[in-house]
Amino acid sequence: MLSFTLRRLAAFLATLVATSLVVFLVLEVLPGDPALLMLGIDAQPDAVAALRAKLGLDRPPVERYLVWMAGLVRGDLGISHTYGTSVAELIGERLVVTLPLALIAMSLTTMIALTLGVYAASKHNTVGDYGVMTATQLGIAIPNFWFAILLVLLFAVFLGWLPAGGFPGWDQGPIALKSLVLPAFALALVQAAILARVTRSAVLEVLREDFVRTARAKGLTRTQTLWRHVLRNSLIPVVTIMGLQFSNLLAGTIIIENVFYLPGLGRLIFQSINQRDLIVVKDVVVLLAAKVVVINFIVDLLYAVIDPRLRTAR
Amino acid sequence: MRIFTTSLAVALLMSATAALAAKDTIVIGMQDEPPVLDPTQNAAAAIDVIFSVNVYESLVRIGEDGTVKPGLATSWTIGEDGKAYTFKLPKGVVFDNGEKLTSENVKWSFERAGSATSTNPTKRHFANIAAIETPDPETVILRLKAPSSLFLSYMASGGAAIFDPKSADNNKTTPVGTGPYKFKQWVKGDRVVLEKSPTYRDPSKAQIKQATFKFVPDAAAQVPALLAGDIDAFPTVGATETLDRFKADSRFQVVIGSTEGEVPLILNNNKKPFDDIRVRRAANHAIERKSIIDGATSGYGLPIGSHFPPHHPWYVDLTNRYPHDIAKAKELLKEAGYPNGVDVTIKPPPFAYARRSAEIVSAQLMEAGFRVKIEPVEWAQWLDVVYKQKNYDMTVVAHVSPWDQDNYTRGKDYYYGYQNPEMDALMKAVLAESNEAKQKDLYGQIQRKIADEAVHAFMFQLPRTGVYAAKLRGIWKNSPVSVTDLAGLSWVD
Repeated sequence: MLSFTLRRLAAFLATLVATSLVVFLVLEVLPGDPALLMLGIDAQPDAVAALRAKLGLDRPPVERYLVWMAGLVRGDLGISHTYGTSVAELIGERLVVTLPLALIAMSLTTMIALTLGVYAASKHNTVGDYGVMTATQLGIAIPNFWFAILLVLLFAVFLGWLPAGGFPGWDQGPIALKSLVLPAFALALVQAAILARVTRSAVLEVLREDFVRTARAKGLTRTQTLWRHVLRNSLIPVVTIMGLQFSNLLAGTIIIENVFYLPGLGRLIFQSINQRDLIVVKDVVVLLAAKVVVINFIVDLLYAVIDPRLRTAR
Repeated sequence: MRIFTTSLAVALLMSATAALAAKDTIVIGMQDEPPVLDPTQNAAAAIDVIFSVNVYESLVRIGEDGTVKPGLATSWTIGEDGKAYTFKLPKGVVFDNGEKLTSENVKWSFERAGSATSTNPTKRHFANIAAIETPDPETVILRLKAPSSLFLSYMASGGAAIFDPKSADNNKTTPVGTGPYKFKQWVKGDRVVLEKSPTYRDPSKAQIKQATFKFVPDAAAQVPALLAGDIDAFPTVGATETLDRFKADSRFQVVIGSTEGEVPLILNNNKKPFDDIRVRRAANHAIERKSIIDGATSGYGLPIGSHFPPHHPWYVDLTNRYPHDIAKAKELLKEAGYPNGVDVTIKPPPFAYARRSAEIVSAQLMEAGFRVKIEPVEWAQWLDVVYKQKNYDMTVVAHVSPWDQDNYTRGKDYYYGYQNPEMDALMKAVLAESNEAKQKDLYGQIQRKIADEAVHAFMFQLPRTGVYAAKLRGIWKNSPVSVTDLAGLSWVD
C-alpha cells in the first residue's frame, strides 16, 4: 500500500509540473496583451507600458515561470491582473457555487441513472427497456444549453417557481439553493443519460453470470438478487464513468454557468481567458489537473471497496 | 426546520409590506461585468455604466442631449484665450468615507492621472494641462498649453473622476465617491449593489433607494430574466430580434435610441489593397446599408456616411456620397489594377453587431469582385493582432467615444493607417476654435473629408435597444455616454 501511495504521489507531482509547463507555453504563444485589454483602445502607449511593468509582464518568460512555480510551492497563487485581488480568494468565491452545483448534479445523475439503468436491464427487451433507451438517446442528443433554456421558460417564466438565473449568495440562507436547481438538472440530463446506458449494459452482463442463477436457485427473489448481488458486481464500469463525469462537471460547467449567469468557476475561466487574466487561467488549469488526479485516486480506492478481491491483488 | 419556516414567514411578510409601499429599488441588467470598479484604472465601459455620475463624480458631466452639464462643479468660466478654465465647487461636499472635498482633491486627482507612471486609460486627456491652481477650497483653475474645444467634454469622462487620496487605491474593489449613491456590495460574477448616499449634498435628488446591477452575459438568457421579472431594466438587450415580443407585452416598455457608436467597415489604409483610394471607394460603392442594418441590428441602427453621430445637430448626411453600385465598384477595382478581383480578409471581434454585419458586408463585397475571407477573432486577439500589430485588411468595430474624429489625425501608428495633412489642419483648427458656428462648419468639413477620402465604408450608428418595466420613468432614450443616471429614475403606480 505504501509503495502504491508513493507511486501515486510521484505521478501526481509529475502531472502537475507537466500541466503547468504546457499551460504556460500555450498562454505564451496566445495573442493578446492583458495591459492593453485593461486600458482599452484610447490608451496612450506609455500608460500601457507602465502597466505591463507593474504587472511584471516585461520580465523574461523563464523568470515569470519560475516566479509562478515558486509561488505555487509556497501555496501562493498570485494576484489576478484584472481583478487586482488574490487568485486564491477568487477561486474560493467561485468554488462555493460550482462545488455544490457539481455535487447536486452528480447526485441527481446517480439517482436517475441507477434507477433507469437497473430498471431497463431487468426489463430487457420489453417496452420499459425500449422506453428508457429512447429517452436516454434523446438525453444524449439534446444539447444541455438548449435544455437549460427550456427549463427556464417552463419553471421561471411560465410557472414562476424558480429564478431564471443568477445566484443571491449563501448569506441569503437556504433560498440560494433554489438558484441551483435548474442548472443542476440541465447538467445532470446528459450525464444521467450516458450513465444509465452504461449501468444497463453492465447489469445485463452480470445478469448472465452463473452466480446470479445460483442466487436465484437458493431462493432469493428477482429484486433481491438484482439490488444485492447484480448491482454491486456491475458497479466497476459505472464508478469509472462517474469519476470521469465528476471531473467533467467541475470544469464543464462553463456553458451552463453562462446560460444561468452563475458566478462559478466555469464563468471565471471563461472571463479570465477573454480578459487575458493569465495568472488566473494558469492557476485554475493546474488546480483542475490536480482535481482530476485526486478523483482518479478516489475511484481506484472505490474499486477496492466494491470488489474486495482487488484489495489483495495489490 | 422551525427556524427556516419562521424566516420564511418573515420574508413573506417583508415582501408583502414592500409591495404595499411604492417601489423604491431597481434591478438593472447588463451584459458585461466590470473587471475592477475604478474608471481611472481600466477602460471597461461597464465601470462607467454603474459608477460614473452615481458614485464617482467628475467636474462636469454629459447630459442626455450630449451637451456638457455641471457635475461636481456648479459653474465654470473659460478665459479669453481659451486656455484658463476656472471651476467653482460647492461647499459641504463629503466623500462616502467622511472626508471633505476641496479643490486640492481635483489637483491631486488630475496630477495622478497625468503623471509619468500613470496607468489611466484617458491619460492623453491630461497631457494638455500646464498647471493646476487652487486659490481657495472652492475654486480650481486649470491652465492649458493650447486651447481645446474638446477639453470640457474630456473632463466629463470617468477617467477624470475626482477621488479622495486616502481611498483612491482601494477604489478598484470598494469605490468611494461624492455622488448621490454609495457603493454597498460587489458579488463577483453576479451583481453590484448601490444604495442612496446619506451624505449627498442634495438629499431630495434620488428617488430609488437601492439599485442592483446584475450581470447576464448570455443574450439568450437576458430575455427570460426580463420575462420572469428578475430584472426591471435592460438598457442594451443583445437579442434585438426579440424586441417585438416585449413591445406586445404591457408589462414592458421598449425604448430605442442612438449611441455614440459609429460602426464602419474599417479598412487598413496602410496596406494593400486598401492603400489605394479607388479600392476603398469600390468597397464604399459595394455596400448596401439597409440589409446590413436589418441583419445586424434588426433594423434599429441608423445609416451613416461618415464618422459622426446622426442624432447630433452638426451631423451631415453623407449616406449618398457613394450610392450602391456594383458596376461602378467593379470598374474602380479594374482601374486600381484588379480586373479579376482581389483577395481580402475581414477580422470581426466577437460582438453580435460586428459578427453579423461582417457576414452580410462580405457577401456584398463578393458581388463586386472582392474575394473575402472571414476570420473571426476574440477581443484580446483583436486588440493584439488588428489594433496593435495592424495586421488586417478589414474589420468591424463600434467607435463609442464621443468626439473621436481626432482618430483620423493619429497617423500611420494608429490602426487606421490613415494620414492626411489637410485633415490634420482641419482638426487643429476645430480644437482651437471657440465659436460654435465655426466649430459646426469645421466639423461639417471634417465629415465630408472623411467620406471623400473613403477612409472606411461607414455602415450604421449602433442603436440603444432597451427593455424596461412599464412603470419606470426617467429613462434615457439616447446614450451619448455610457452612464446610468440613477438619480433621474423613479417608479409610478
